[in-house]
Amino acid sequence: MKYLLMIYENEKIWESLSQEETQQILGEYAVFTESIEKSGNYIAGEALEPTPTATTVRIREGKRLTTDGPFAETREQLGGFYLVEAKDLDEAIAMASRIPNARTGSIEVRPIMDYSKNMG
Amino acid sequence: MAPLPSILEQTYRADYGRIVATLIRVMGGDFASAEEVVQEAFEAALQQWPRDGVPTEPRAWLLRAARNKAVDRVRRGVRLGAKVEEMEIVARLEQELATAPDGADWQAHPDDTLRLLFTCCHPALAEDIQVALSLRTLCGLTTEEVARAFLVPPATMAQRLVRAQRKIRDAGIPYVIPQMDALTERTRGVLHAIYLLFSEGYAATEGDALLRVDLCAEALRLARLTRALLPRHGEVAALLSMLLLHHSRHRARVTEDGGLVLLDRQDRSKWDAAEIAEGVAQLDAALALGSFGPYTLQAAIAALHAQARSPEETDWEQIAALYQRLSKLSPGPVVELNHAAAVAMAKGPEHGLALVDDLEASGRLTSYHLLPAARAELLRRLGRWEESATAYRRALALVRTEPERRFLQERLHEVLAGTPTTD
Repeated sequence: MKYLLMIYENEKIWESLSQEETQQILGEYAVFTESIEKSGNYIAGEALEPTPTATTVRIREGKRLTTDGPFAETREQLGGFYLVEAKDLDEAIAMASRIPNARTGSIEVRPIMDYSKNMG
Repeated sequence: MAPLPSILEQTYRADYGRIVATLIRVMGGDFASAEEVVQEAFEAALQQWPRDGVPTEPRAWLLRAARNKAVDRVRRGVRLGAKVEEMEIVARLEQELATAPDGADWQAHPDDTLRLLFTCCHPALAEDIQVALSLRTLCGLTTEEVARAFLVPPATMAQRLVRAQRKIRDAGIPYVIPQMDALTERTRGVLHAIYLLFSEGYAATEGDALLRVDLCAEALRLARLTRALLPRHGEVAALLSMLLLHHSRHRARVTEDGGLVLLDRQDRSKWDAAEIAEGVAQLDAALALGSFGPYTLQAAIAALHAQARSPEETDWEQIAALYQRLSKLSPGPVVELNHAAAVAMAKGPEHGLALVDDLEASGRLTSYHLLPAARAELLRRLGRWEESATAYRRALALVRTEPERRFLQERLHEVLAGTPTTD
């Protein structure tokens, strides 16, 4: 199965880190990414620019509404993601718990919809 | 063919959980479909047994019927260009049917129910739904019964159960006993489910008495398996201890005509000495592991009862102290009620009555028959007959089970006649 591991964290904490601390975490990310590439679980992964760069688009009554900022103001913001292949939820959870920001933020694990299954 | 429905009902109560557990494994973790084919198998039995006679091995017959239906269902569901995994399930099912003799699954996979329990208690499911799902799937309780246990409307419970089953399938929650590191995370739910499973067998008084013994035995079996799986977990030992100590009294709890016998009137020679000894040993093991959780406290209370040679020798002071600790650790009105009863025994009925009155004034437990029943009992002991009768009547209006109703009715008559029994 494919799972999206969504990395949520408080952006303010990230901003408050020293350059050294930032480097340390980025290093840990590199190690983690390499390990899931080697194990064959990695499909894709990216970090996102912070929420001030976000734009939200809605169509209402046929009209497009474009607004500044993310969909909802929350304590933690989506900061990046991994798309992985895992044999079940337990394997995906095990990977999620190795993501560096699991220690400070939270990782949401969501299965990717399998159309062939859900059409049946 | 009069006894047929009762044979079927008995098999349903005793084996439903195991048959479903096996089918879930065979069908690759599809809870909803497994439940449906098992239901269909029971429906088939209802039609065929009156015509062809009851098979010598009813559970094996049902298991095979359910597997046949599973094969049909999976075959029908497989479309052109089906995925490899679906083909694999069909192949595995067909092979199982060709090779497995009747009933062999129980010998081959004794852990199916444990696997089911750990899957139902996956931390990706909310804790109350873990337990609800375990009761529904393992004990074959109806959605209505589970809803009643959780005090929610049946429609709400049905919706939650369906959502949980769908999550197990769609989020890929595996049907396995997890590895060590993930095990402890799930123990809370597992222990709670085993506890409720036992309670359902031990305290519920609907239907056939035999089925309850089976539920208790199954809960004990699961507790032992979990204990073997987690030897360093004190609360597991404590739960096993508590179940053993309660179970040791089961022969003394009911009269021959199914009436209820309270602890102080039980024939203690009918208590199972071997189970008491094992229960006490498990309690010692829990304490040695440094466990002082809610199950340890309850096991300690049960051990004090079990070790008293007569009601008079019971150490009520210590029991009252343990209940007080328990009410701090896992607060709840039922624990408070038990505490009040213990205080009444240790210090006198008027002390217990004060606590019961506080509890009643708090407005909790308004629909729980044991609150007015406890009040009635204390008033009876204080010789306040009229108030006692009023409280017994209130308890009778709330009571749901027949033996308890009979017991309360007898007490009410005694109080009304002014010839109360002495303890």
